[in-house]
Amino acid sequence: MRRLLITALAALLPAAAALAAAEGPGLRGTSFPTVNEAPAIAKETADDVKRERNYPDQPPVIPHNIRDYQLDLNVNKCLTCHSREATGETQAPMVSATHFQDRDGQTLGAVSPRRYFCTQCHVPQTDARPPVDNMFRDVDSVMRQGAPAEPQGGHAAAPAKAPAKGGGR
Amino acid sequence: MIAKILGWAKGAWALVTRPATHLGLGFLTLGGFVAGVIWWGGFNTALEVTNTEAFCIGCHEMRENVYAELKTTIHFTNRSGVRATCPDCHVPHNWSDKIARKMQASKEVWGKIFGTIDTREKFLEKRLELAQHEWARLKANNSLECRNCHSAESMDITRQGARAANMHETYLFTGQATCIDCHKGIAHRLPDMKGVPVGPQPGVAQAPHGTSPHGG
Repeated sequence: MRRLLITALAALLPAAAALAAAEGPGLRGTSFPTVNEAPAIAKETADDVKRERNYPDQPPVIPHNIRDYQLDLNVNKCLTCHSREATGETQAPMVSATHFQDRDGQTLGAVSPRRYFCTQCHVPQTDARPPVDNMFRDVDSVMRQGAPAEPQGGHAAAPAKAPAKGGGR
Repeated sequence: MIAKILGWAKGAWALVTRPATHLGLGFLTLGGFVAGVIWWGGFNTALEVTNTEAFCIGCHEMRENVYAELKTTIHFTNRSGVRATCPDCHVPHNWSDKIARKMQASKEVWGKIFGTIDTREKFLEKRLELAQHEWARLKANNSLECRNCHSAESMDITRQGARAANMHETYLFTGQATCIDCHKGIAHRLPDMKGVPVGPQPGVAQAPHGTSPHGG
């Protein structure tokens, strides 16, 4: 039995190797057995310039560095500038009014606990180039130019999942 | 017993006050001078030893709590490799202030001996109080330890982000706020900050000490 298994594996090995070679460079850029050089770490976007949203409900991305910003049970560093009381002094955009509502739509006096962890939705950006180009087009450009001539069922079919234009984290 | 101690004290007093019979004045003054130099050198060396990071993290209270937290922050690791050690921020550099702080630190020796914060839980429980001492100290000396490295004169706000430049121009240069008002918890994790003001508080900030070039 064991012998049979080994023979089968040995027979399969060249086939697997051929398959890997045939597959050619995928997202990794090289074939399977080569070790890639690590890409350079992407630079953070920190120009404090607001980014356009790709659809109205998109959580705005963070145009500044958030290194060492403490965000836990003890303190929310983001709210030192973005809370309602602080925005006068800091001129930072206030957390959206939706963040004051609990899940039953009741408006609370402060940011609702379910909205407390900012980086769950809001993320800083980097200049990293996405390995796959993003085909997302916003609703206005679709309305202006008509539906894309992409094959049906391709990327264009699920635009709502597309991330921000600025690249992922 | 008491009579014995009194007798001994009397003898000691007589020894100190009686003029020297065998030793010359030159020997006594020069010898006193040399002994003074040695004593002072020893004192200062010992003082400097207590002013090193290795000394601070010799205790697990520091090594496993605050030092562990410092290691992830920009004051420990950054692009240019300049770093702040414990005493850079927590001990005044001026001699008299340093001695005053060192005398306060005897309380910390007490705490060490009796295990005031010898577990993580005890430390976390006491953390707010400990942090408030440091905030009060930095507030009172106009963030002197920050300014030992970060001087407002050398701060080129055109090289800062727009947000930072605006805040420094509005609050720091005008003396309305001092570093620690906004930059709490930059080198260690913060305790529960409920009820603790974070950010510039122009209403409660003290007048500048004249260290700001743009102070008004």
